[in-house]
Amino acid sequence: MTRQMTGARMVVQALKDQGVDTVFGYPGGAVLPIYDEIFQQNDIRHILVRHEQGAVHAAEGYARSTGKVGVALVTSGPGATNAVTGLTDALMDSIPIVVLSGQVPTFMIGSDAFQEADTVGITRPCTKHNWLAKDTANLSGLIHEAFHVARSGRPGPVLVDIPKDVQFASADYTPPQAAKTSHYQPQMKGDIEAITELVEAMEKAERPVFYTGGGVINSGTAASQLLRELVDTTGIPITSTLMGLGAYPASGKNWLGMLGMHGLYEANMAMHGCDLMINVGARFDDRITGLIEAFSPKSKKAHIDIDPSSINKVIKTDIPIVGDVGHVLEDILKVWKARGRKTNKEALTKWHGQIDKWRETDCLSFKQEGKIIKPQYALQRLEALTKDHDRYICTEVGQHQMWAAQYLGFEDPNRWMTSGGLGTMGYGFPASIGVQMAHRDALVINVAGEASWLMNMQEMGTAVQFRLPVKQFILNNERLGMVRQWQELLHGERYSHSWSEALPDFVKLAEAFGAKGIYCDNPDDLDDAIMEMINHDGPVIFDCLVEKHENCFPMIPSGKPHNEMLLGEASTQGAIEAGGAVLV
Amino acid sequence: MAALKIKKGSNKHSAYNLRPTFSDVQESHTLAMRVDNEPGVLARVIGLFAGRGYNIESLTVAEVDHLGHQSRITIVTTGTPQVIEQIKAQLGRIVPVHEVHDLTVEGAAVERELGLFKVTGSGEKRVEALRLADIFRANVVDSTLESFVFEITGASEKIDAFADLMRPLGLVEVARTGVAALSRGAE
Repeated sequence: MTRQMTGARMVVQALKDQGVDTVFGYPGGAVLPIYDEIFQQNDIRHILVRHEQGAVHAAEGYARSTGKVGVALVTSGPGATNAVTGLTDALMDSIPIVVLSGQVPTFMIGSDAFQEADTVGITRPCTKHNWLAKDTANLSGLIHEAFHVARSGRPGPVLVDIPKDVQFASADYTPPQAAKTSHYQPQMKGDIEAITELVEAMEKAERPVFYTGGGVINSGTAASQLLRELVDTTGIPITSTLMGLGAYPASGKNWLGMLGMHGLYEANMAMHGCDLMINVGARFDDRITGLIEAFSPKSKKAHIDIDPSSINKVIKTDIPIVGDVGHVLEDILKVWKARGRKTNKEALTKWHGQIDKWRETDCLSFKQEGKIIKPQYALQRLEALTKDHDRYICTEVGQHQMWAAQYLGFEDPNRWMTSGGLGTMGYGFPASIGVQMAHRDALVINVAGEASWLMNMQEMGTAVQFRLPVKQFILNNERLGMVRQWQELLHGERYSHSWSEALPDFVKLAEAFGAKGIYCDNPDDLDDAIMEMINHDGPVIFDCLVEKHENCFPMIPSGKPHNEMLLGEASTQGAIEAGGAVLV
Repeated sequence: MAALKIKKGSNKHSAYNLRPTFSDVQESHTLAMRVDNEPGVLARVIGLFAGRGYNIESLTVAEVDHLGHQSRITIVTTGTPQVIEQIKAQLGRIVPVHEVHDLTVEGAAVERELGLFKVTGSGEKRVEALRLADIFRANVVDSTLESFVFEITGASEKIDAFADLMRPLGLVEVARTGVAALSRGAE
């Protein structure tokens, strides 16, 4: 059965047929027909953001916390260019989102019309794929294809640019079942020979380690379950990247903590000293590898990734397995069980003993003394007081982000939303709005720094308008903490432009938006203040004044291998050489 | 040809796996890909090369299947074996790219290029240019009393050689198409 409808109605119908219940957007001239259709229906909830960057980050938060595709709707020109940061962020972190942008009518494209931008050209390198819808007849099929591409294979952001005349014109609607099959069908099953080779290596390995990443989360909750089974039955220790936190529970007995530049001592030492590294859905990012020439020099490396271009991009892999993490883990378990569930038990016991010795370093220890709140202490208390809640954590980017990853424990996937690859300051607040939209009764906390938070503070209006009780937990050190830390370590303590001299009064700011503000600068008051934040039914800005000069440790300095970590202030003298300073 | 039947995304049979370690040697490879002939597809391919810092030595593109809306892009590129593998993998994940073939490693291939050469002059040089063109099986496609335009096809090296010979004989302008290539044999 075919139905005639306008392009604008087609957009809304296609979203409904794709199971979309929430759209984050901002209207403008070139999307007015679509907004008119949104007005005339009740199935899709539209969340009016205050800036298009916020719409895309909110869609990311929604997608990351649900496993579904997030949707943002923006107008032409500035609406689309404002979406670019969010698109790039989603591309780097493999988050499935569909951005629909308005465009000037087809007959005006290329004429430098009002609010015209070459959106498809601008977003080509920052999307997985994008399309200019030139014809209403193809529009619905194109939107279905957009959802397919966004969620298939390695997920990512896509954009459909829809000229205004295409929205007004009428054509037959194609439902998803009738849309033509896409040739884009990434390989899901891993090669069984390579999987067997990996299982053989696992059986023999003396010092194996799992190194997991965001790919486990993207593969779905079943993949996390399979990972847990595999790790716990084999007894192989596991570490994870920033993006992969929660796939294996922080309370699990084989958990080493996060690895990488600000990863835990035991995790990085295990990566450096292992003889078998099993990379599951991670991509050997430079935050992870440190100095490539000295990265885990003695290990055999297996790499499971759905994206063939991730394999051998940075680190030479001995056992490459292209496929979906969930499918591959299932096959690994099957083969390992069929071969008699063997492991090198004696060596594994010794390996765990070595890891326990590294653990004794207690690399996250800190002293909370005096009347100034240490940021680590604030997060430790936040963890203690919120861990039993139905909790979702977002972060901005910087020191607070690393401390959150170190001091908060994640027991389940999809509970941790952070900007890993692009490192987008301003990500966390709008992301928390997207998360709260998807989980209305959950406790959604954005751990923030005051500088990052100010980058998208306008979304306070969104939170208040839609009664989204997001908690903005700001660790306020009146500094760009991570920039300041690097200036201290690398630039002779010349603190060029890394502090704000005119910060707002965050409590008054909250009140100005009609929300609640809480101020806390005393460790003795902290627990009560956090409880007040949790118990308030509405958005809260929590201004937590913390130690201004705290550095984030452990730290692998740029240009150094994993076994040369800085563990505290005493170890920083002359630790970074000129060669390391050119790296970021 | 068995080497050409590599499933998209598979690297099991890739020639890369035959290489023990990353090598520093710069190699020239001819890559051929079948792509949807849709707006922007060439920009995606070129943008990938520009954005990731890869080299393009030669590029040809034309629609080869009008009904199926498919084009063939042939690119000659240089890089270390690791970079070449990375280029192929990156090209393979562009959504409208259907297949990527590395004609340099997937068995024998024919590579041809067409060149147009404008040579001006008179007297002995003009006669010599015509004589050399005949040896190279170049055709005269335009002629005036003081100029010729020669058309020559062949491997890039042959066209380079012809250009070297024409230069002292009054070569004023060259146009080259870039390499088009196909694997040899029945498949």
